[in-house]
Amino acid sequence: MEFFHEPKIDWMAIKWYFIALSLALALTGIISMVVHRGLAYGIDFRGGTLVDVKFSQPPNIDSIRHELDRAGLRNEQIQGLGPASDHAVIIGLDLQTTTSSSALDTGKQVIVTSLSNLYGKGPEGKTDFNNASPQTVADHLMAEDPLGLAVKGLDTTTKTYRDLANAMVNYRNSPPRSGLLADLNELRNVPGVTPSVISGLAKDFYLSSYAITNTQIVGPKVGSDLRRQAVYVTLAGLGAMLVYIWFRFELIYGVAAVVATFHDVIITLGFFSLLNKEITLTVIAALLTLVGYSMNDTIVVFDRIRENVHATKRGDFTKLVDHSINQTLSRTILTSGLTFLAVLSLFLFGGEVIHGFAFCLVVGVIIGTYSSIFIASPIVVYFYQRLSRSGVSARVKVA
Amino acid sequence: METKIRGRAIFILIVVVICILGIIGFPKNLQELKDNVHNRIHLGLDLQGGTDQILQVQVEDAVNITAGEALDRMKDELKAKNVPYADIQSDDDKTRNPPIHRIVIKGVPQERSADLQALATDQFSDWDLVRVPGDVTARELVLKTSSAATIRNQALVQAMETIRRRIDALGVAEPTIAEYGQQGDFELVVQLPGVDDPTRVKDIMQSTALLELKLVQDGPYPSREAALSAHGGVLPPDTELIPGTNEQNKNEVWYVLNHIAAVTGRDLTGADVSHDQAGRPDVDFTLNREGAERFGRVTGANIGKQLAIVLDNRVFSAPEIHGQITDRGQISGGNFTPQSASDLALVLRSGALPASIKTLSDETVGPSLGADSIRHGVIASIVGLVAVMGFMLVYYRGSGINADVALSLNLLILVAAMAWIGATLTLPGIAGVILTVGMGVDSNVLIFERIREELRLGKAVGAAVAAGFEQAFRTIIDTHVTTVVSAAILFAFGTGPIRGFAVTLTIGLLANLFTSVFVSRVIFDYELTRRERGAALSI
Repeated sequence: MEFFHEPKIDWMAIKWYFIALSLALALTGIISMVVHRGLAYGIDFRGGTLVDVKFSQPPNIDSIRHELDRAGLRNEQIQGLGPASDHAVIIGLDLQTTTSSSALDTGKQVIVTSLSNLYGKGPEGKTDFNNASPQTVADHLMAEDPLGLAVKGLDTTTKTYRDLANAMVNYRNSPPRSGLLADLNELRNVPGVTPSVISGLAKDFYLSSYAITNTQIVGPKVGSDLRRQAVYVTLAGLGAMLVYIWFRFELIYGVAAVVATFHDVIITLGFFSLLNKEITLTVIAALLTLVGYSMNDTIVVFDRIRENVHATKRGDFTKLVDHSINQTLSRTILTSGLTFLAVLSLFLFGGEVIHGFAFCLVVGVIIGTYSSIFIASPIVVYFYQRLSRSGVSARVKVA
Repeated sequence: METKIRGRAIFILIVVVICILGIIGFPKNLQELKDNVHNRIHLGLDLQGGTDQILQVQVEDAVNITAGEALDRMKDELKAKNVPYADIQSDDDKTRNPPIHRIVIKGVPQERSADLQALATDQFSDWDLVRVPGDVTARELVLKTSSAATIRNQALVQAMETIRRRIDALGVAEPTIAEYGQQGDFELVVQLPGVDDPTRVKDIMQSTALLELKLVQDGPYPSREAALSAHGGVLPPDTELIPGTNEQNKNEVWYVLNHIAAVTGRDLTGADVSHDQAGRPDVDFTLNREGAERFGRVTGANIGKQLAIVLDNRVFSAPEIHGQITDRGQISGGNFTPQSASDLALVLRSGALPASIKTLSDETVGPSLGADSIRHGVIASIVGLVAVMGFMLVYYRGSGINADVALSLNLLILVAAMAWIGATLTLPGIAGVILTVGMGVDSNVLIFERIREELRLGKAVGAAVAAGFEQAFRTIIDTHVTTVVSAAILFAFGTGPIRGFAVTLTIGLLANLFTSVFVSRVIFDYELTRRERGAALSI
């Protein structure tokens, strides 16, 4: 099977349309960033508090908001999380609210207390099974000994109850329950759980109608440290790549590759700004991936140019670049297509946590492939056209 | 030729076996296999649930304590050596970073300044004694910068050890406690997998747990002002005002206490939960010999008086001394619950923190979210991989098998290497894996496209394969080295999540060089030796 057979496209002849498109995209993104007053940073960079809560029934967001207002919180953001059938919300507080008091987690405490006021506390002395760890469950089972294992010795007892506790907590965490049981009797589906185990559990545990699945509190220092670090480290990485390409090719190839990669990052960030998506730490990881991918793609094209420069001693450099791109086009389309397939699968099936991450890569793979042809290559061509006018022909180090 | 291929094939097989054993170990049954895999592949907190905190040790607390002690000591020494002075007080410059600690002594007669100098040299070696411009009778003790730095660093190390002891006592499995950020930030990162009551753990970790037993001079008073006015606005010498809580009505009350503690937490050898006559929980403690001696002296001489139990600068309770107590005592009252009593015993046993702790960030991932992330991640990865591998088979037919074998082996080596070095798999780490897969596919595509090109040029199959690998190798080296170089930078200068990305990416790319260039070549060569001369290559 083959998609292309020696295509003959004059890439450099049509470059201006695409450079114009790039400029338009980059400009739109930058304007959007200006209008939005910078990028929408996630809590991990901005500082603040996030609490993810999952409910067993569709939550009433207005009543949660009302309760939080009553507790003295201001400017909290409450949004649905994932599909509506998940009954999950995310409650966010920004830094001003959080740091009004000296303790960083005041905001979280207020949210936790308000939720427990709204959705009911458990009976005194009982533990919430929906928020219990396997260890806690195992400890209670050991104390109650509902299977009457004490006669069999401590080791057997401990192991049996630990395994049983793990199995029950895994059952609770797996979908469709995803962390919330409505009734302890549901645990009957777990192998090894007898009615006496359930009645033993019922003595010590109750079931709340919500579970806090995730909390994140970030102080101002950590947030700004992280933001600075992400930028510096990425720039340092780009710098190191430039030096290596300079060493293997010529300085202009390094410059062109870095400019192209930078172009990709700017346009991807522009998409984030346009769609008002938050830049979180996982998005940074995706941006780093994008940098690596785009660089890889550009080097493959450059490598072919280098090879062809050696093979054909003289000739039109522009034609040579076009030919090199055509020669590698089949590979470019294949690799990008397959990588796109992989990240698309992440985007579609990867779940809420890596949604921003996958989105970044879906955009990034397309832009990263495109920029090798329409940004990186034209820069090199432009440079050598200028040089050849002053009488120097294109050259590359012998690899 | 064939023996060469056989040798290489055996080498590859050995690598595969080592990797598989590295992941699963030598399991005797299915359960053991599961346990081994679980133990060897470390999942990050974002995947398995748990809490991740960045804490800052307020090391200046420790320097302040040292400076305060030096002030008290200097007063005593001046009195003992009969050096007269008009005034002595601390004068710290806290606007500077780091702050400067000074003790100003005024009104020392000029003929005694030599004695003061001798005292400072002998007993205050961490301090410099300097003249005060414009006042010949005044001297300043300034804490040496190097000494202050040592105190700060020691406080950080001690805090780390204390927190570690407390977490170990709680029985948290596989905690991570490490320095974080730059030198001079005095930050710690604490990661606790699978903790279900993060608030309690946090309280235990961060309570200073500075226990002091001090004699009560008088009180309690309903307010600070009331206590002061009872003494005519000025506290008696060597006493201090400490707040507490009235056990009946929960109002704040104030006690006037002896400044010098009879016994402190440092004299403890143990602490444990027990019960009083009424069955209410309390905390028993035992003292070391030196502490017991001092405690016996103080309690014996003050029968009938109140002794305040001061915890983190609050009066916890102030029971009456009924008789001489030596090596063991009891902390009761204060509305203990069984849990709070055992938590207090735990923090007392593990020793006081040398400085207070400030939380800079705190992330808690619930176990169900972690499980959800893993499930989604696994489904997405499998769908993506199957799609990619299926496509390679359709597009390159027979040679697609090479690519798929190389890709699978690449992932196997990556997982085994991570298990071997004990690296933690986090979400950003998965990003590194995805880039690895992308570049792994790319290497194969580069080689195969090149072989096709060479075949089109009319080369024989064997020559085309050789040329294809040779030409593509240069490209692959350049792309891989570039990416590994940048990953090295990320690893060197990045922290936490960024490092996780760099680690998986680097291992993955090194593995890919081996699988896509070496392994895939061996498979090609093997096919070439088996086939009839002139038959077409399935590519």
